[in-house]
Amino acid sequence: MGPLQKKHLIITGLIILAGIFPFINQNDYWLHILTLSFIWMIAVYGLNLLAGYTGYLSLAHAGFFAIGAYSLGLLTVKAGINYWAALVLSCVITSVIGFLIGLISLRTREHFFAIYTLCVGYVIYLVIDKWDSLTGGVRGLIGIPAPSNIGPLSFESTLSQYYLVLFFLLATIFVMYRIVHSLSGRTFIAIRNSEELAGTIGISTMKNKLVVFVLSTFFAGLAGALYASFIRFIGPDIGYTTVIFDLLTYLLVGGIGTLAGPVVGTMLIVSVSQSLQFLQDYRMLIFGPLLTLIIIFYPRGIVGFFSDWYRKRQSTKLQSQKKKQVKSNMDDEDLHEDRVKEG
Amino acid sequence: MFIETKELTKQFGGLAAVKNVDFAIEKGKINAIIGPNGAGKSTFFNLVSGSYRPTSGQVFYKGENITNLPSNKIAKLGVSRTFQTTNLFEQATVLDNVIVGHRLRTQSNLLDAVLRTKRYKREEKQCRDKAMEVLDFTGLTHITDQLAGSITQEEKKRVAFALALATDPEVVFLDEPAAGINPGETEGLAELMKKMVKKGITVCLIEHKMQMVMKLAEKIMVLNYGEKIAEGTADEVMSNKKVIKAYLGGDASA
Repeated sequence: MGPLQKKHLIITGLIILAGIFPFINQNDYWLHILTLSFIWMIAVYGLNLLAGYTGYLSLAHAGFFAIGAYSLGLLTVKAGINYWAALVLSCVITSVIGFLIGLISLRTREHFFAIYTLCVGYVIYLVIDKWDSLTGGVRGLIGIPAPSNIGPLSFESTLSQYYLVLFFLLATIFVMYRIVHSLSGRTFIAIRNSEELAGTIGISTMKNKLVVFVLSTFFAGLAGALYASFIRFIGPDIGYTTVIFDLLTYLLVGGIGTLAGPVVGTMLIVSVSQSLQFLQDYRMLIFGPLLTLIIIFYPRGIVGFFSDWYRKRQSTKLQSQKKKQVKSNMDDEDLHEDRVKEG
Repeated sequence: MFIETKELTKQFGGLAAVKNVDFAIEKGKINAIIGPNGAGKSTFFNLVSGSYRPTSGQVFYKGENITNLPSNKIAKLGVSRTFQTTNLFEQATVLDNVIVGHRLRTQSNLLDAVLRTKRYKREEKQCRDKAMEVLDFTGLTHITDQLAGSITQEEKKRVAFALALATDPEVVFLDEPAAGINPGETEGLAELMKKMVKKGITVCLIEHKMQMVMKLAEKIMVLNYGEKIAEGTADEVMSNKKVIKAYLGGDASA
C-alpha cells in the first residue's frame, strides 16, 4: 500500500469515527465538548491559512469570531431574519469588516502586524462591550435560536447540532486541502517564504495577502456564528484577547502551517484540559511549559514533528534501496567479468 | 535600447547609494556590474527590478518607462532576478519550489482551486511542465524530488536560476551568482549563463569573482561610491585608471 492510500484510509477512518462517535458514546456532555471543539477547529483553520501558510500572525481573530457570533445573534434575535440567511450574512459581514481591516493592517509586517491586529482585536472587544444599545453590553445576548429546520431536518437536539457542525468542519477542511494543494496555496507559501522574492517572480503580494486575510476572517466568522447558535447565549468575552491565545495554542501545539494541525492541536488541548478540570486555573502551570517546549523543539507542532520523522524515514529507506541496487549492479558486473574470464 | 537607465539616483537619507547612473543593458549579451563593496551594485539591481523606488531618474524597458512599477508588474513584463541569498522553502521539494515561478503566467483564482476547474487543471499542468523544463535546462532533473533543504549550495543557486527562468523572462538579473561556491562549480554556472544567452535571454550579473566576469561579460559597468566610473568591454575596463584606483586604492600612476 502506498503512502497516499494509507493517508486516505486514515482520513476515511477518522471521518467514520467522527460520524459514529455519538452512537459509541451517548454522553451528552462529551458530545457538547466535541461540538465546541469542532467549532474552534474551523476558526483555527482560518487562522492557519493566514498565519501558517502566508506568514501573517493575526491576533484579531477572536474579534472576528465575535463579529460572526454577534452578527448572527443580532440578525436572528433583533432583526428576526431566517437562521440560514443570517448565517450567510454573518459570514459576509465578518468578511467585509475583515477586508477593511486587512487593507490597513497588511501594510505592516511581522511583529508590527501582530501588535496591530492585537489592538484591532481588543478594539472589537471594546466596541461589543460598550455598545450597550446594540449588543446588550456585558449582559450579552440571549435567546439566540437554534438553526431552523431544513425540510424534515431539525437541529434542536445536541446530536443534530453535532452533525451540522461536523458537516461545516469537513467542508472547511476540504476547502483548505484544495487551497493549500493548489497554485494559490503555493503562491501564499511563496509570500510566507520571502515577500521580496515573491514580488520578483510576479506575485502581487498585497492582493494575495488580502484574499487570504478575508478568507481567514470568513472562517472565523463562520465559527463564531455556529458558536452563537450552538450555545444560544453570547457575551462580549468571546471576543476577548484570551480567546485568540487559546486558538493560537491549539494551532501551535497541533502544527502551524500543517493541514492536520488544527484538528490534532484542538482535540489534544481540549481533551487534556477536560481531564485536568480538577486543577482549575492551575492547569496553565502544565500548559505553559508544555507550549514553550513544543515551540522550542517542534516549531511545526506535533504534526510537523511526525511528518519530518516520516520524511526522514522515507529518504533513508530510499537511500538504502539505492545502495543495495548499486551493490547488486556491481555484483552483476563481477559475475559478468568472471564469466568472461572463464569463457 | 533594451534596458536603459537615465540619471538613476537612490538616496538613503544623506547617502547617495546610486548617483546619476546612465547605463544600457544590451540585448542578447552577458552584461556585468562590478565594483568594490558598498559601491551600490545591489541597490542598482533593486532599482531596476522594482524592489526600490528611485529618488530620481528613470528606467526604461524596451522603450517603456517602468520606473515606478512594482516588482511584480516588472516581472510580468519579462524582467526576472535572483538574490544574493537564496530563499528557498527548505521543507518542500525542489520541484515544488520552482512550480510557483510560472504562477504569474496563469489566471486561475481561489475558486478555480477549490472547484478544480478545467482552467485550473490546465494551468497546474502548465506550471509543472514549465518547472520540469527549467529544471532540465539548469541541469537539476536528478534532484527534483529532493527537499530544498538537503541540496548543496551550488544546487541551490541553480534552483534560484530555475525559479527566475520559470517566469519566462527576457532578461535575468543575477545578484552574485557565484558567491560561496568553489571554482569548479563557478565554471559550471558560467556555462549555464552562456546557455541562457544562447536561448535568447539577456543576462546581467553582479559578481565579485573578477576572473569570471572578465571572461564572461561582453559589457561591463564599474560602480564606485554609487557612481559609474567606467563602462565598456573587459579590456577597456581593466585598463581604465579610475577602475584600477578604485580597486587598488592610492594613485593610479604609482
